[in-house]
Amino acid sequence: MEMPKPDDMILNRKDAIVAALQEVLPSDAVIHDAFETKAYECDGLTAYRCPPLAAVLPASTEEVAAVLKVCHRMGVPVVPRGSGTSLAGGALPTEDSVILGVARMNDVIETNYADRYIRVQTGRTNLSVTGAVEEDGFFYAPDPSSQLACAIAGNIAMNSGGAHCLKYGVTTNNLMGVTMVTMDGEVIEIGRAHLDAGGLDLLGVICGSEGQLGVVTEATLRILPKPEGARPVLMAFNSNEVAGECVSDIIKSGILPVAIEFMDRPCIEACEAFAKAGYPMCEALLIVEVEGSEMEIDAQLAQIMDIAARNDPVEMREAKDADEAGRIWLGRKSAFGAMGQINDYMCLDGTIPVSALPEVLRRIKQMSAEYGLDVANVFHAGDGNMHPLILFDANKPGDLELCEAFGADILRLCVEVGGCLTGEHGVGVEKRDLMSDQFDPADLEAQMRVKDVFDPAWLLNPAKVFPLAASRDRRHA
Amino acid sequence: MMRPGTEAELAEIVRDATGPLRIVGGGTRSVGPTGGEAVSTAGLSGVRLYEPGALTLVVGAGTSLGEVETVLAGEGQALAFEPSDMRGLLATTGDSTIGGVIAANASGPRRIQAGAARDFALGVRFVDGAGEIIKNGGRVMKNVTGYDLVKLMCGSWGTLGVLTEISLKVLPAPKSRACVLVYGLSVGDAVEVMSRALGSPYEVTGAAHAPVGVDGHPVTMLRVEGFEAQVAYRAAEIAKLAGDGAVIESDPDKVAAGWAWVRDVGALQGGAGDIWRISVKPSDAATVVEAIGAEAVMLDWGGGLIWARMAEGTDLRARMHVPGHATRVRGGGDVPAFHPQNAGVAKIEAGLRARFDPRGILNPGLMA
Ligand SMILES: Cc1cc2nc3c(=O)[nH]c(=O)nc-3n(C[C@H](O)[C@H](O)[C@H](O)COP(=O)(O)OP(=O)(O)OC[C@H]3O[C@@H](n4cnc5c(N)ncnc54)[C@H](O)[C@@H]3O)c2cc1C
Ligand SMILES: Cc1cc2nc3c(=O)[nH]c(=O)nc-3n(C[C@H](O)[C@H](O)[C@H](O)COP(=O)(O)OP(=O)(O)OC[C@H]3O[C@@H](n4cnc5c(N)ncnc54)[C@H](O)[C@@H]3O)c2cc1C
Repeated sequence: MEMPKPDDMILNRKDAIVAALQEVLPSDAVIHDAFETKAYECDGLTAYRCPPLAAVLPASTEEVAAVLKVCHRMGVPVVPRGSGTSLAGGALPTEDSVILGVARMNDVIETNYADRYIRVQTGRTNLSVTGAVEEDGFFYAPDPSSQLACAIAGNIAMNSGGAHCLKYGVTTNNLMGVTMVTMDGEVIEIGRAHLDAGGLDLLGVICGSEGQLGVVTEATLRILPKPEGARPVLMAFNSNEVAGECVSDIIKSGILPVAIEFMDRPCIEACEAFAKAGYPMCEALLIVEVEGSEMEIDAQLAQIMDIAARNDPVEMREAKDADEAGRIWLGRKSAFGAMGQINDYMCLDGTIPVSALPEVLRRIKQMSAEYGLDVANVFHAGDGNMHPLILFDANKPGDLELCEAFGADILRLCVEVGGCLTGEHGVGVEKRDLMSDQFDPADLEAQMRVKDVFDPAWLLNPAKVFPLAASRDRRHA
Repeated sequence: MMRPGTEAELAEIVRDATGPLRIVGGGTRSVGPTGGEAVSTAGLSGVRLYEPGALTLVVGAGTSLGEVETVLAGEGQALAFEPSDMRGLLATTGDSTIGGVIAANASGPRRIQAGAARDFALGVRFVDGAGEIIKNGGRVMKNVTGYDLVKLMCGSWGTLGVLTEISLKVLPAPKSRACVLVYGLSVGDAVEVMSRALGSPYEVTGAAHAPVGVDGHPVTMLRVEGFEAQVAYRAAEIAKLAGDGAVIESDPDKVAAGWAWVRDVGALQGGAGDIWRISVKPSDAATVVEAIGAEAVMLDWGGGLIWARMAEGTDLRARMHVPGHATRVRGGGDVPAFHPQNAGVAKIEAGLRARFDPRGILNPGLMA
């Protein structure tokens, strides 16, 4: 993967840049020692690393504005960072950039149950937002599996989703307002505690803009009352096609489960070996969860099992209590860890129309044979967001490149069947050069125009999202 | 009126335009400039793809809302954001189009629980002000590939581009519904009751209050939806929360009629004056109602949306004094129809308009 050549003019001025940052921040908030900056050399996409020129840890919106003014004046690229869990290299620095981390900004600013929102600084972790309101019976709905670590800042930048988004939506559907600082240091307020910020939907375009439009420092988030309860049913099938049909039948029947998770045989086998969840051995497993009171859950699960029964399941297990529910989820929740035990793996996250599932799984299997690399599939089946995990050996020369080529082919397949390159992890550097497979030049041009407006000098996280060739002129203007 | 039959024809019209264009869907809106040459989207209609099992629908932007709703109803599905029929309120005729609904981000009572039109728009194709054809988003529910211009187009009222095709997430239509009614509450007490209901786990899908209901008395309405046993259970729980005097209405026709009345702002139909639509946080609603001195009001979205009929020419915003925004949806005069933005946002909006419509020819001045 190519990154732009660092700008010597910036590298040579490191001392002056650090001094200017130290003027506007407390001394412990500016990290420039080569040993310490190493902590910021990568995010969750650990195959790519590069220590930044410096890292800063401002503690307030004012400090963020001051940092950005300095960098703007001195022409230094800035890479915003939350918790660094991005799987797409969104927070990957370049040698000539300053990492701006919001980790010190993690306060709850206001909680309002009558109006059902919470306002937080964006360095706060996803799970601790729910943590702040759950004793009072509320929760923050988007729940990425990384929720213990990832920050609201990164969630907004990546428009992150979770297992429950079929019912509750992703970050953009739960974001009501932000305070954001643009690259020139101007502080902008968009939306607040009312619904649908007036004027153009800037909130909608900022969410998912991967840290390229501004640094988001505060956010107003919608909180929801916790459901009375939730329980899953596990259903095993002898073919991917039938499991796919069953998903479609459930949705058509008018039930809206909170989650429909799909696992294929390689994934089931790995999870069994690792977590010993006691899953039945079969070609495809579905875990379907519904919410409500006991009566509501019983009625919905009964209907779902009726539908499944017509699709010739090998086995069905309804969770009768929290304990059984926990065991059903155990294997699925440890899927990534299980894969990590076996091998190095690369996690993809393309989305496909649910109807294309059987075809896509069949073609992935073919490609797997051609590339000689194994693939396991976990899948948010309700919304079509796939997570093929390609297994490779990082110590074997050429294996990473082979794996990346295979991954790229899978993502092109997702686009070909009417889907997209990424459902929740973002483009970052990882899928940057595949964007031309999904978008025509005019489509990319329209998106880059938006960045021109927010960040005319292209200093904010510049080498991400758009193919380098497509953004080159703008980055060098 | 020009009536392109294809996206390419539309692009050519925009490219060749020498003056302002006025984009017309069903023509059921009543604000904004009337100047410019009219371009109808009626020729860009029809269902392109419908997959009930994937909850997705792709339609031409000029497709009538009625046609979309009929197609969905055939599979027991619906547009969850419940767009209104504003013809009664705005005294207009014609059939709304899906393009007009998305361009206006038009959402009804269920917005409070399910989300707004923008939350259900998965993808768009549009022609920008330079006549360039652009696509964004797609037809899958989870998609973070590149910037979300779909949201930007929703609620841009045809000022950034002319929508030609829209992909939508649809949902199962509820099988059954009931309404809990409380009579005689003040606005403040009504908001309190609505907040309590919306803060409960019973998934209230509509919470409205009319100080002057159909029978002339204050009425507060709380809607629950789902399968039959679920609705009975939830309505009973909500009635308990709502306090003494709450009654449950479960006659399907009456419930449907009641919520159509809310959706279409029945309480404000007829009568002269300007119609305003105000978005605030619910707990500010009573203060706002008190402050604006409207001739008639109705609250939706648990109090977060206030519809107000004001004496002609009143600058309602000067009386608001709380964060939020107000749009005049009927009436004219010097007061701008759309809420002026703070300086930082205004600068960005101007920049976006300059990039997407460099010649300033698409519905010029409509949102200014
Ligand atoms: C084990 C694991 C499981 C995961 N599961 C999921 C999942 O289920 N669903 C999902 O959606 N994602 C998942 N992810 C991906 C990742 O956790 C999310 O993308 C997350 O939102 C990143 O948050 P972060 O705070 O770590 O951001 P970072 O990695 O620090 O940054 C991510 C992006 O946000 C930008 N950014 C950071 N802070 C700001 C700011 N203040 N203003 C503007 N831009 C900013 C960065 O520049 C970068 O582009 C997973 C990751 C891991 C490692
Ligand atoms: C100020 C105002 C607020 C409203 N608020 C709500 C609300 O909260 N909830 C609700 O349900 N309804 C609301 N409405 C009604 C809403 O306008 C209509 O439901 C819908 O826009 C009507 O569709 P139409 O096809 O008749 O649109 P038209 O009346 O033809 O057009 C509406 C607007 O959209 C533009 N437009 C139409 N088609 C396209 C297209 N294909 N591409 C780009 N732009 C296009 C037009 O130029 C115009 O600016 C509101 C109306 C007004 C005037």
